[in-house]
Amino acid sequence: MTNFRDQAIKYGLLVLLAAMIVFFSIAQPAFLSMINVFIILQSVSIVAILALGVTATLAVNGFDLSIGSTAAFSMMMASYVMIVFDGGTTAAILTALGVGVLVGLVNGFMTVQMRVPDLLATLGMMFLLLGLQLIPTQGRSIAAGMSLSGGETAPGKFTEAFLFLGRARLFDIIPVPVVIMLVLAVITYLFLERTRHGRVMYAIGSNERAAHLAGARVKFYRYLAYVMSGVYSSIGGILLAARIGRGDVSSGNSLLMDGVAAALIGFAVLGAARPNAQGSAIGALLVGVLLNGLTMMNTPYYTQDFIKGLVLVAALMFTFGLSKKRA
Amino acid sequence: MTTQSDTIEISGIKKSFGTNTVLHDISLTVSGGEVLALMGANGAGKSTLVKILSGVYDADGGSIAVNGEPCTLDTPQQARDSGIVTVHQIINDGVVQDLTIAENLILDQLCDGRFPAFMSKSVLHERAREVAATIGIDLPLDTQVADLSQADKQLVAIARALSVKPRLLILDEPTSSLSEREALRLFEAVEHMRDQGVAIMYISHRMSDIRRLADRIAALREGRIVGLFEKPLDYDGAVHSMLGHAVGEVMHAYKAGDQARMVFDQVKLAEDSRAFDLELKTGQIVALTGLLSSGCATVVECLFGMQAFAGGRVTLDGTDWRVKSPREAIDAGVYMVQEDRGNNAIIPDFSIENNTSLPFLKSFSWFSFINREREKARVKEAIDLTRVKYTDPTHEMMTLSGGNQQKVMVARWMLENCRVLLLNEPFQGVDISSRRQIGKLLRETAQDRVTIAVCTDVEEALEIADRVIVFNHNNLVGDHRIDQIDMATLIKQIAAAPDADLPSSSSAPAQATELHA
Repeated sequence: MTNFRDQAIKYGLLVLLAAMIVFFSIAQPAFLSMINVFIILQSVSIVAILALGVTATLAVNGFDLSIGSTAAFSMMMASYVMIVFDGGTTAAILTALGVGVLVGLVNGFMTVQMRVPDLLATLGMMFLLLGLQLIPTQGRSIAAGMSLSGGETAPGKFTEAFLFLGRARLFDIIPVPVVIMLVLAVITYLFLERTRHGRVMYAIGSNERAAHLAGARVKFYRYLAYVMSGVYSSIGGILLAARIGRGDVSSGNSLLMDGVAAALIGFAVLGAARPNAQGSAIGALLVGVLLNGLTMMNTPYYTQDFIKGLVLVAALMFTFGLSKKRA
Repeated sequence: MTTQSDTIEISGIKKSFGTNTVLHDISLTVSGGEVLALMGANGAGKSTLVKILSGVYDADGGSIAVNGEPCTLDTPQQARDSGIVTVHQIINDGVVQDLTIAENLILDQLCDGRFPAFMSKSVLHERAREVAATIGIDLPLDTQVADLSQADKQLVAIARALSVKPRLLILDEPTSSLSEREALRLFEAVEHMRDQGVAIMYISHRMSDIRRLADRIAALREGRIVGLFEKPLDYDGAVHSMLGHAVGEVMHAYKAGDQARMVFDQVKLAEDSRAFDLELKTGQIVALTGLLSSGCATVVECLFGMQAFAGGRVTLDGTDWRVKSPREAIDAGVYMVQEDRGNNAIIPDFSIENNTSLPFLKSFSWFSFINREREKARVKEAIDLTRVKYTDPTHEMMTLSGGNQQKVMVARWMLENCRVLLLNEPFQGVDISSRRQIGKLLRETAQDRVTIAVCTDVEEALEIADRVIVFNHNNLVGDHRIDQIDMATLIKQIAAAPDADLPSSSSAPAQATELHA
């Protein structure tokens, strides 16, 4: 019996994922078509990237609530550089990544130096960025040919190279964001599970004082985690801007909840009971598969958030309720 | 309180975890008005028995009866209702840090609804004072428990346990984090309870506690009661049966040490304390002893970069020793085994293996990638050296007993050679046989390093040290060679009031062997 329970904890979520795939492909044969598979992957890639960032902060027992707004702000900044300044691809990307680094450093400063609790610090950052992104454009979205406050027309446009990031497909089939997501997932996995830096981050997350007394540079690692989270969020923002081809003030709204949910669902993958990269990616995939399948079966769009919440709550009970550790 | 005369009978208790039988057929009787001391090495089954009696575990067989009436102890609540109250070793489990003393003392009343929904501070304090009086707590009731010393927290936890008027009070290692003076207060409280007719089961490693309190002694080994001793108590016999073999002579030969590696020059531990000079040599084990907050811990914490000396300078191998963080100290070859390993040393989510390797990951990493084969091999070497009893190094730390956890913590700092090894209360919550093994290992490996161990317990200090240095209120007041130690002087130095005239710090030659009688 205990053995069954162990197995259930370990493989439950993966079995659920497989069962969903089998069910949807029987109900809707188009579900498993190559095109749809990549539609699913494309739809989850940005959320998965944000989830990987949150995973890094969760590993040091932090929490980054500003991921969604960092992504949105990066998207606006990249668009602004390209449309208003006509700055080109490289400048836009570097600006966006710079936003991520800066946000991460400020989050790190607030939590490490100012000792603001992580949730509160990043909640504050979230509000700050959501407001800040509206200021340069007086609250409007950014698109090619928009009129500026002086009355003239914005000179720039989204470059082909930039749009490539969000819209192109490798070998005509694999969307570029999916490739980027997979690369980041592998890097994050290797970093957290295989390197000493990752090991020390988990040590800090589990017992910060003990880690410090064993020689861990706690402050450095907490900064590192928030900078990682910030940079991953800006990568997500860049891909979002490249996909929709404009700087849309409202398109980052659901990213925070989806990203956090994916990372938390990830706790339950393979019985890890801790934040982990592969789990976060699979968590994002699980939500993507479920939403895509239900959409194909004509479930109304307004039930989506409810269903996501249901999966999250179930996964959390799975992790914390069944795990022996907490018994 | 009227004098009770309850009898608690424990008969035929059995408990197994999987194939591992932890308790075979335990039978004991405790009567009101007596203290039964339960002694046992680590892994003997003490904690399991306590957990069964307090309703945390279910026994596989056997029964427990109070005054002849069998009682079920399936939950902690049922155990409390039957009058069996346990104060656990981990103090923080017994108190709520964010509440005041008064609120903690009447927590049970607050939780079970005996207290009115709107509480007035005066009623609260009045009821709390009653509880505090049971063991004579004399502290401002408004103080937050988080601000108290360990000893005071312990007393609050005990007072709280006593507020339900127990029939059987189980105290699990209650003095493990108390100084001797603080322990005295606890003893008085325990004796007070005993005189009121409560049956007390006292679990401890400390002979001094047992000598003071025990009316009867039960020795537990490998899940069996191997000895029951009535008055007049045969303490040595009890230790013998607990360990299962004769207690060896623990005295060791004095080592003079080789070169002076660490030199203290006019160092002050606090602004208003006296400066001292000290020369510590390689190959010698130095024990710092003194009551809690005597300054011993300050010395090692300053050397490890956790705080700074108030004045003076320390040199290590001729160069200035000034570190601002544990990281710097470790990089320069100064390692430290921390006190209170649960909070300061163990990473609870990590396996035995990963706990051991944590400070030295760099030495088996290639560009930050950990070579797991090398990690495994090196860790195995270290935990075998310190004789950790484990089934699988990838298991979590919590699967080990306290003594074995501490051996892992020592193994952690044996992975690499160090110049100075600092140990703060290395025998806290460690059973006697593990303590002997750790002590022996420290002596065997001491050759090329300076070893400084803080031991509040004098017996522990005498067991491992070549040289015993006494601190009292941040002043160095005594420095003894182990082979020339004079116990009377030592004790006087430890216990003296801070402003008293202290005897000179050199020791008169005396027969040190007597100390272990």
